[in-house]
Amino acid sequence: MTSQNIVQFDGPTILKAENVAVYYGDKQVLRDVMLSVPTHKITALIGPSGSGKSTLLRCFNRMNDLIRGARVEGQVTYHDQDLYDPEVDPVEVRRRIGMVFQKPNPFPKSIYENITWGARINGYRGTMDELVERSLRRAALWDEVKDRLHENALSLSGGQQQRLCIARAIAIEPEVILMDEPASALDPIATLKIEELMHELKENYTILIVTHNMQQAARVSDYTAMMMLTEDRNSATVIEFGKTQAIFTHPRDRRTEDYITGRIG
Amino acid sequence: MATRSAERVITGDEAVRAALRRKAGRNIPELIIRWILLACSLISILTTVGIVGVLVFESAAFFSEVPLGDFLLDTQWTPLFADKRFGIWPLVVGTLMTSTIAIAVALPLGLLSAIYLSEYASPRLRSTIKPILEVLAGIPTVVYGFFALLFVTPLLERVIPNLATFNAISPGIVMGIMILPMVASLSEDALHAVPVGLRYGAFALGGTKFEVSTRIVVPAALSGIAASFILAISRAVGETMIVAIAAGQRPVLTFDPREPIQTMTAYIVQVSLGDVPAGSLAYRTIFAVAMLLFLMTLVLNIASYFIVRRFREVYE
Repeated sequence: MTSQNIVQFDGPTILKAENVAVYYGDKQVLRDVMLSVPTHKITALIGPSGSGKSTLLRCFNRMNDLIRGARVEGQVTYHDQDLYDPEVDPVEVRRRIGMVFQKPNPFPKSIYENITWGARINGYRGTMDELVERSLRRAALWDEVKDRLHENALSLSGGQQQRLCIARAIAIEPEVILMDEPASALDPIATLKIEELMHELKENYTILIVTHNMQQAARVSDYTAMMMLTEDRNSATVIEFGKTQAIFTHPRDRRTEDYITGRIG
Repeated sequence: MATRSAERVITGDEAVRAALRRKAGRNIPELIIRWILLACSLISILTTVGIVGVLVFESAAFFSEVPLGDFLLDTQWTPLFADKRFGIWPLVVGTLMTSTIAIAVALPLGLLSAIYLSEYASPRLRSTIKPILEVLAGIPTVVYGFFALLFVTPLLERVIPNLATFNAISPGIVMGIMILPMVASLSEDALHAVPVGLRYGAFALGGTKFEVSTRIVVPAALSGIAASFILAISRAVGETMIVAIAAGQRPVLTFDPREPIQTMTAYIVQVSLGDVPAGSLAYRTIFAVAMLLFLMTLVLNIASYFIVRRFREVYE
């Protein structure tokens, strides 16, 4: 029924969800999810609250493993490797597929240690000072914090904390960065900085972002997946996927159109 | 017409004003309640002040007869003998020895149990074990004392050569077991209070459960853990029954935990239960010892207050 609206992306894809279903205990929250994430592009997941955007995002780096009672069915592949194969180590998955959360969650340590923490546990062999500078520069935070690297990260503003979390994520050189509404707790100026940053990061990383903000999806993403509760309202799925421009100008699905134009949501 | 409506406004305002005025009938009961509550809270404060007052008064009387220098520098404690010596060190060393052994048992085991309960155990297991731990903390210490003397000491005698029947090791270990549930429970509270978002952030960087627990959660909960440690140390220093029963009554300066010793608390028990006449110098020694004990635990409690305040909300 919905499959005609899923434009199969024909370029290189890095992550793929096929017939994915997610349960929290007995409750099914996602069903029949089909999604391909194009390499070195920004893909946005949009949809109303409760349509499983964050749940789907967490399938891609096995963060759902940490939620008691969560169960993932179907296939989630990364470079054609099934991420839920019993042989796969979720710790290695998360090392390659990083994540930035809705609420900035820097560690209660210094700015410097926030960057080096991931590198240290992953056995990074280079110079830590260089790593810190490189990561902070890429996250467009270096100039603001270079003179206070050893201050507590919690002394930073919310927007700076979130960019620090992005710097921390890219310090371990992942291939993909998952972002769960990274700007929803930030003011418009900090949001703009995060969005500019995403444009630059696209060069080196594949980004999958969940957002509530339709304008943000339109501004930053190349591709958009629309998620919605199914008709029986028991679980949600991806109802439409395509180039962002196409989704926003000529949505194929009535529900996408209603949502984008603000009639529902 | 216009004047009448203006009048009505005025009367309306007056009615509101009258309604807002203080009512004498309500103020008096409120005042009485307030004084009763104040009196209740003052009772505990006054009791404490009274205890400290007695300690200071009686210690002052003691130190008017025995120079502070003798108390702090002499290495012999024989106030109950004909040749009276008042060096506090045998008792202090006895206390520190049993406390150190207790802490060496309770802190590592307590912290590791707390990490297990908070980070590894299922919520169901956690909610079963936590109340049991708190029940363990309610076992009367006299039971632990006999457990040390009649069970642990014979057991240790098989392993440790030349272990005296009364010694510092056995009550030290049992004291550690006694304070372990408190350390585990309080540290677990501190670990559990660390926001789950910090753990997610660390997992998302490729941390293993162990790395996340020990390198993110434990450091973030350090203030609460430190507070539980200090509380445990004060508990060990002030513990009386176990050491009075199982450590002996021999106030001799020794650093060998296999030998019988006497702690400060056990000495106070010995003199309190004995036939020392009130008002005598021997009687006053217990206040001097109690004063020092009070100062030691006070310093620890103040330290814990500052540690908690210094690091509190660090992750918020």
